[in-house]
Amino acid sequence: MKAKFIIPLLLFVVLVGFLAVGLNRDPREVPSPLINKPAPAFKVPQLADPNKSFSPEDLKGQVWILNVWASWCVACREEHPMLVELGKSQVAPLIGLDYKDKRADAMEMLARQGNPYNLSAMDNDGRVGINYGVYGVPETYVIDKAGIIRFKQIGPITKDVLDKSIYPLITQLNKA
Amino acid sequence: MIPEIGHFALILALCVSIIQGVLPLIGAQQGRREWLVLARPATQISFLLLAISFGVLAWCFYVNDFSVLYVAEHSNSQLPTVYRLGAVWGGHEGSLLLWIFLLTGWAFAVAQLSKTLDEFMVARVLGVLGLVATGLLLFVLGTSNPFERLLPAAQDGRSLNPLLQDPGLVFHPPMLYMGYVGFSVAFAFAIASLLSGRLDAAWARWSRPWTTTAWIFLTLGIALGSWWAYYELGWGGWWFWDPVENASFMPWLIGTALIHSLVVTEKRGGFKNWTVLLAIMAFSMSLLGTFLVRSGVLTSVHAFATDPRRGIFILLLLSLVVGSSLFLYALKAPKSTLGGKFSLLSRETLILMGNVFFVVAAGSVLLGTLYPLLIDALNLGKISVGPPYFNAVFVPIMVPVLFLMAVGPWANWKTTDLKTLLKRLWLAAVLAFVAAIAIPSLMGEFTILTALGFLLAFWVIASGVLQIIRQCKVGMPTRSFIGMQLGHMGIAVFVIGVTMVGAYQEEKDVRMAPGDTVTVGGYQIRLMGVGPAQGPNYQAMRGTFELVRNGKVQELMYPEKRNYDSSTMPMTEAAIDAGLTRDIYVSLGEPLEGNAWAVRVYYKPFVDWIWGGCLLMALGGLFAVMDKRYRLRVKK
Repeated sequence: MKAKFIIPLLLFVVLVGFLAVGLNRDPREVPSPLINKPAPAFKVPQLADPNKSFSPEDLKGQVWILNVWASWCVACREEHPMLVELGKSQVAPLIGLDYKDKRADAMEMLARQGNPYNLSAMDNDGRVGINYGVYGVPETYVIDKAGIIRFKQIGPITKDVLDKSIYPLITQLNKA
Repeated sequence: MIPEIGHFALILALCVSIIQGVLPLIGAQQGRREWLVLARPATQISFLLLAISFGVLAWCFYVNDFSVLYVAEHSNSQLPTVYRLGAVWGGHEGSLLLWIFLLTGWAFAVAQLSKTLDEFMVARVLGVLGLVATGLLLFVLGTSNPFERLLPAAQDGRSLNPLLQDPGLVFHPPMLYMGYVGFSVAFAFAIASLLSGRLDAAWARWSRPWTTTAWIFLTLGIALGSWWAYYELGWGGWWFWDPVENASFMPWLIGTALIHSLVVTEKRGGFKNWTVLLAIMAFSMSLLGTFLVRSGVLTSVHAFATDPRRGIFILLLLSLVVGSSLFLYALKAPKSTLGGKFSLLSRETLILMGNVFFVVAAGSVLLGTLYPLLIDALNLGKISVGPPYFNAVFVPIMVPVLFLMAVGPWANWKTTDLKTLLKRLWLAAVLAFVAAIAIPSLMGEFTILTALGFLLAFWVIASGVLQIIRQCKVGMPTRSFIGMQLGHMGIAVFVIGVTMVGAYQEEKDVRMAPGDTVTVGGYQIRLMGVGPAQGPNYQAMRGTFELVRNGKVQELMYPEKRNYDSSTMPMTEAAIDAGLTRDIYVSLGEPLEGNAWAVRVYYKPFVDWIWGGCLLMALGGLFAVMDKRYRLRVKK
């Protein structure tokens, strides 16, 4: 066996090694550049009562959770039971951001499925979403007492994410 | 009950494929006649079984059997019949079934058309194909059974992604797969000849028409996909360097190198090891493409559902098939003999150089495609690689290829002297330079890159025309010769299209209310109005535009914004007025305040030459395959 004829095989072995490692990574999981950065400020009307407004400033000094949702989003319906559990646990205020939605549709969905949120804010034109780098609904952020984003979940939160990431993080942040 | 027949046929096919893959190979190795004669009947039976299985799945779609999970997920009772047929391969399970069906189809064709071929060779080729089929059948039955039941049955299906509800998409996957899978035949011939230790000209002669046929399908499949993206996605682009596009392009590049290398092996007995390696690589690239598309290791606009088990399985299959072939190559290749000697300046050298460029091009596409994965695997961060990388790397590699393409056919085998070459080519060079300066000047804007594009395109065309003239003086040209000329001209036509669109297209994104006019490329496009329209399974807003030139209305255009009943995502249906020298492309964006709309209008000069060039290449392939010397052999 001459050495040069083994080269293709060796190159291929290296390639397979990389592919095998790549299989265990999720290419869609892009680290948010906003992690450990201050949560962008905004002031938008509340869903339940558009005369009132909501701003992250209101929750300064508390650890809170921002969940981006919409009535048109199928994955949000899947996520809903987890949000109900999260809301019931009372570990931190759960704020909804109703993204690019119609108020009537959103109200109807909450009425039908139950409202897990302390309150929801309306982001009709998606401007808040742009500042938060939302590229798929649902997304969930954990924001600490100083208003810094500490965690971001892209896509529905699962039981696993809740137990392994969100709860421990909130407990830790609450102690700080 | 009927879906179970399909499932059962698949299980039987697995058993038959194991027989087809094991006994003939052992039989050929040990000289057991009674084992190797099993190859043909086993191949025929497994093709029949796959045809049954595939037919059953198509039937389930036809009768809207929503008790089959795959049907419920990809079809809908409102879906027009032709798209229900397209939906058979509209998802993961069905498209894999199509893959295997076509694989057994190719094997069947080899079994039928190889009556004059040495029995041992046939047994080995069919055996290798049987092993590949076995692996894929295990994959389908183990992780992706298309006949899985949904109990209780769904009321109605989820329907096919509206993007895929298009005639272009009905034919794109089968064409592409015919190409992908067709390279398995070249691969099987290569492995068979490595096993037998008979790497000779006969082997090359046998695998040439098969390889070229697969290449034709792949060319057409890629062109169809590109054309579909152009008119259906509403972005007006024709190639995006998306990982899935690259996955189909890499086998094409290697396949193109392979069909050229096979010529040398057949005619001069040279490059044997290189040709075998290319044959292995071409099919490896097909399998790698399947892995990349089906495992979800890369992000792509072709967002396919992913399941980690599937990824692991295909990776295993890929490692086994490619790993064992390359191991066999490392063992056997050193024993092959060298072909006829050739000098530094000869047709052999020129083809070899072209080949090296093709392989380097495929390598650079592979690197760009896998780079995000490599970087992530090394924990160096998440990045994406976009068109700027590919354009910067790929285009310069193609420049020497185009240059060589015009020179190669003039060179003699064994040796050519530079003087003769220059004597034959000076006129082509002069013509090319004239075109390179004249055309951009006439179009009104001269850049070096544009001039280079025309220089190379007309260099190839002029050289080709001169060759044809010379050939006709000697006598009737062979089909192989015509095929080569058409193929090379196709590339030139393609390059002209790409250069024209790249340099002279006009794009306007404007806000238009009824009565407004926008001007591109000397045409006025006037919005007459936007109104509702009703399709079989969608509602649309349809715009009416007048295409005006020199004050006269040439054409009415109707772009649409569709909302399919089954999907929340609105679809853009562009209106295109196609022509030999330009396309006018109008697509509706979002509705704005009042009755105004965001409208995107393109003027795309010579854009259809891009696909026209691909058609010419495929036609060239067809001529080459129909060359007399293959037909005689087949008929005997």
